[in-house]
Amino acid sequence: MNDPVIDLRGVTRRYDDGPPALHDVSLAVKPGECVAVLGPSGSGKSTLLNLIAGLDRPDEGTVTVAGTRVETLGEAASARFRRAYVGLVFQFFNLLDDLTVLDNVLLPAHLAGAARRESREHATGLLATLGIGRHADAYPGRLSGGEKQRVAVARALVNRPALLLADEPTGALDTASGEDVRDLLNDLRDGGQTIVLVTHDLRLAEACATRTVGMRDGRVES
Amino acid sequence: MSIGRRRRLHSLVIGLVTAAAVTAAVLGAGLLVASRSPFDTAFAAQRGAHLTVQTTTPGTGREVAGAVATSGPYGTRVVGFEGPPGLPGPSMTVVARSDPGGAVDRVELTAGRWATGPGELVMGRGVFLVPLGEKLTTHDGVVLTVVGLARSVSATANAWVAPAALDALGGPDGYQTLYRFAAASTPAEVEADRAAVAASLPPGAVTGVRSWLDVRQDAVEEAAVFVPFLVAFALLGILMAVLVVGTVVAGTVGAATRRIGILKALGCTPAGVVRAYIAQALVPGAVGALAGAVAGNLIALPVLAQTEEIYGSAGAAIAWWVTLLAAGGVLAVVAVTAWAAALRAGRLRVVDALAVGRVTGPATGRWAARLAARLPVSRPIGLGLARPFARPVRTAAILLAVATGAAAATFATGLGSSLVRIQSAVQQDDADVLVMGEAAGAAIAAQPGTRASYGMAQAPAMLAGLNDPVGLSVFSGDPAWDGFVMASGRWFSAPGEAVASAPLLAAAGARVGDTVTLQVEGRPVRLRVVGEVFETHPSVLTDVATVPGLPPMEFHVALTDGTNASAYASALSSQGFEAHPAGAEIDPLLAVVQGLTATLTLLLLAVAALGVLNMLVLDLRDRVHDLGVHKALGMTPRQTIAMVVASVAGVGLLGGLIGVPAGIAVQRMVVPAMAASAGLRLPGSLLDVYGPVLLGALALGGPLIALAGALLPAGWAARTRTAVALRTE
Ligand SMILES: Nc1ncnc2c1ncn2[C@@H]1O[C@H](COP(=O)(O)OP(=O)(O)OP(=O)(O)O)[C@@H](O)[C@H]1O
Ligand SMILES: [Mg+2]
Repeated sequence: MNDPVIDLRGVTRRYDDGPPALHDVSLAVKPGECVAVLGPSGSGKSTLLNLIAGLDRPDEGTVTVAGTRVETLGEAASARFRRAYVGLVFQFFNLLDDLTVLDNVLLPAHLAGAARRESREHATGLLATLGIGRHADAYPGRLSGGEKQRVAVARALVNRPALLLADEPTGALDTASGEDVRDLLNDLRDGGQTIVLVTHDLRLAEACATRTVGMRDGRVES
Repeated sequence: MSIGRRRRLHSLVIGLVTAAAVTAAVLGAGLLVASRSPFDTAFAAQRGAHLTVQTTTPGTGREVAGAVATSGPYGTRVVGFEGPPGLPGPSMTVVARSDPGGAVDRVELTAGRWATGPGELVMGRGVFLVPLGEKLTTHDGVVLTVVGLARSVSATANAWVAPAALDALGGPDGYQTLYRFAAASTPAEVEADRAAVAASLPPGAVTGVRSWLDVRQDAVEEAAVFVPFLVAFALLGILMAVLVVGTVVAGTVGAATRRIGILKALGCTPAGVVRAYIAQALVPGAVGALAGAVAGNLIALPVLAQTEEIYGSAGAAIAWWVTLLAAGGVLAVVAVTAWAAALRAGRLRVVDALAVGRVTGPATGRWAARLAARLPVSRPIGLGLARPFARPVRTAAILLAVATGAAAATFATGLGSSLVRIQSAVQQDDADVLVMGEAAGAAIAAQPGTRASYGMAQAPAMLAGLNDPVGLSVFSGDPAWDGFVMASGRWFSAPGEAVASAPLLAAAGARVGDTVTLQVEGRPVRLRVVGEVFETHPSVLTDVATVPGLPPMEFHVALTDGTNASAYASALSSQGFEAHPAGAEIDPLLAVVQGLTATLTLLLLAVAALGVLNMLVLDLRDRVHDLGVHKALGMTPRQTIAMVVASVAGVGLLGGLIGVPAGIAVQRMVVPAMAASAGLRLPGSLLDVYGPVLLGALALGGPLIALAGALLPAGWAARTRTAVALRTE
C-alpha cells in the first residue's frame, strides 16, 4: 500500500529542435503526498505533468501511475486511464462554455458511463462543498476566475481520482481568488488526496506542499 | 491540423465544386448550341434548300423574288418496292438527277458512285437502310441496283436515279424545285419566300412546300432531348458552388478574425482584406473551371458523335465561346459569392476582432446542449446532437449540401427509370420471338412454350389534311403485355374502336372520343378513338376486324419461363415460317443519357460529401481546444468519432427528407420537358417511378452523404494530440 502513486524512471522528452524538454527525470510520489513542482518558465513542468496524465509520451524511460505503465497505453486506453485515476486542473480553467457548471462537472462521469443519478448527486455535493452550489445551473462565462477554478477542481474530482494534477491553478487568478484555491487544495490534502501541483507561486507551494521539487532546463534539482 | 493542410483542403473543395458546376454548364449550353451547329454547318456546306417545292408541272414560272439560287425542276415519283417475303415493301420518293451537285442541295456521296444508267439507284440516308450492291424490285417488276449511298441534309429524296431511269419506272408523277433565298432564317422570312414562290407559279401548280426550318427541327430533336436535364444538373451544380464557396470563405473569415484584426491594425484596408479572400477562392476556382471545361468537352464527345452520325460532314465539338461563357459565368458566381461572404471581414472592427478569443462562448443553442445532457443517450452522442444548434448558419449550409446531393441522386434515379419505361413503351420490345407469315397464328398457338402472342399488320394510311401518311397498325389477339402504355382512355375492345398517338391526334385536331376517317388503300375507314396510346409517331392502332383486307403478317410471341427462344424459333422455321428470337436493342441515345446522368450524379454526390467534410473541418478547427479538453477529461477516440458523426447525423437525415421531394419535383419538371422537346406528352405511369422501397433507400442517401463527409474529420478529431490541442489558443 506504500507503493508510489507516481513512479517516473529515466524519462526524457525531446521536441523537434533544441535541447530536450525533459532530460533523464526520475520522480516518485507516494499516496497522500502533495508535491509542488517549481521552476522557471520553459523548464519542462507542463511537459512533466502531461506525461503523468498520459497526454504525451516520453522518448525514453517509464511512467508508472497507480500501477499502470502509462507510456505504453494507446489513445483509448489512456483516455480510460485518465477517467479512472487522474483529475486535471489547468491554468485557464478549460471549462466548456456551452455547458452549464453542473454539466461541466458531470462530463468526466458521463464519459466514463457512470450511473446518471448517483454522479449527479455526487457532483452537486462537490459543488456545495466547494462553495459554488448556487451556480450549478449557470454558464461558466458568468463566473469569476476563482469560481471557475473551483468548478474545474470539482470536475477533476468527480470520478474520485487517485491523483489530482494541477498546472498553475492560481496563475490566472488575483490574490484573493488565489487564496481561495490555496485553502481548497489544503483541505483536499488534509483529506488524503494525492496532488501534484505545478506553480510559480512560492507561497502556494509553502502552504500546501508536503514536498517541493525544483526543475531547471528539463532536469529535476534536489 | 496545420494551417497549410486546411488551406489545401478548402482549395480542393472550391476547385472541385467549381469543376462540377462548369462541367454541367458546358454540357448543357454546349449541347444546346452543338445540336444545331452540325446541321447548320452541313446545310451551309451542301448549300441546302431553304424551300423544297413540289409541283404538278415542270414549269419554273416567273422570276422568284428574293431567291439567290434555284435547282431543278427534277422529276419525282413515289415508287412502291417489294418487301421481304410476306411483308409490305416501302414506298420511296425517287428523284431524277443527273448529278449530285448543282446550285442548291449538293448531295454528298458517302459510298459508291452516282447513278448513270437504267437499273441504277442511289440510296439516301434516312428511314430505309439498304446496303451498297443490294437489288431492289419495284411493284412493277423493275430491278434496281444500289450503286451509291448519299446524304442530303435538306432531305429532298429517299433515293435518286438518272433522269432516263425514271422513265423506266413510269415517268415523273411530280416535279421538285429547290430554292435558296437571301433571307430565310426566321419563320416569317420563310413564309414570305413561300409566298414569292407561289406567286411565280400558276395557281394550283404547287402541291407541297417544305421549309428547311422543319427539316432542322426534325434533325436536332435528338440532341435537344439532352438539354433540359443538363440544364437541371447545371443549376444544381451552380447552387452547390454558391453554397460551398460561400461557406468556405465565410468559415475562413470567421476562423481568422484575429488575424484580420491584426492585419487591419497594421494598416491593411478593408477592401484589401476582402480582395485577399476573393483571390483565395478564385485561384482554386479558376483551376477547377479549367478542369471542368476540359471534362465537359470530353464528356460531350460521345453525345456529339451521336449527332455527327446523322450529318457526317461536320467535325462536331462544343463551340469555344460556349465553353468560355460557361466557365466565366460560374467563376463570376464564385467571385460574387466569395465577395459577399468576405464582406464581413472588411467591415470587422479592429477592436472587436482583437477582442475575439476566450471572452464568452456562443449563446446560441445552449438549450439544446442542456436538453442533450438529459437525453438517455451516451454523452458523446448527446454532445454531438446538440452541436448543430450552436452554429445554425453552418448547420444550414451542411443541410443544403446534403439536400442538394440527395436531390441530385433522386432526380437521376427517377430520370433513369422514366427513360427506361419510355424506351420500353415506345419499342414494345417485350416479345421473345418474332414470326413472319400470314398463317403463323395457328402454328404459334400449337407450338408448346407459347405464353402469349398477338399478330399485327402495318400499312400507311392517309388522314385528310395531312400530306404524309400515318402509321396504321391492326392487331389480332391481345397485345397489352407488350409494353403499350395508355396516356388516357382505354384500349380498343370492339370493332370500329381504335387508339391513337398524341402526334396523330394533334395532326388531326381530334381528341379521345372523336371519330376520325382514314384512307386505307383508297378505302375510307371510320374509327372511334377510345384512348391515347403513348407513341412517338402519328399512328393509329385498332383491331384486325376493323380494317378488312389487312391480315396479320407479323406475330410477337412471349414464351413461358424456361423455353429457349432459339429452339422455339427454329421449330417454327422448320414449318416454313420466318422466325427469329427478338433481342431488345439498347438505344444508344438512352445509354448516353444514362452515362451522363451517372457521371453528373456521382460528381454532385462527391461535392456534397466534400461540402460536409469541409464544413466539419471548419467546425472542428474552431473547437480544437474544446476537443483537447474533452480528451483530457477521458474521451476516447471512439467516443470522439461518435460525437462528430452524431453532430451531422440529424442534419443528414433532415437533408435527405428535404432533398428527396426536391429531387422528385425536379424529375417531374425535367422529364416532361425532355419529352416535350421531342414532341411528346408523357402519361403519368411513365413519370411515377418512385416506389416506397426506392424512396426509403433514397432518403437514406442523406445520412450516407453526411456520414461519408464526416468520417475523415471525425478520424482527424480522434487523432488530434491532446497536449497540442490544449496549447492551441
Ligand atoms: N508541443 C511542443 N512542441 C515543441 N516544443 C515544445 C512543445 N511543448 C513544449 N515545448 C518546449 O519544451 C520546453 C518545456 O516546455 P513546458 O511547457 O513544459 O515548460 P513549462 O515549464 O511548463 O513553462 P511555463 O512555466 O512557461 O509554463 C519549452 O522549451 C517549450 O518550448
Ligand atoms: Mg507550463
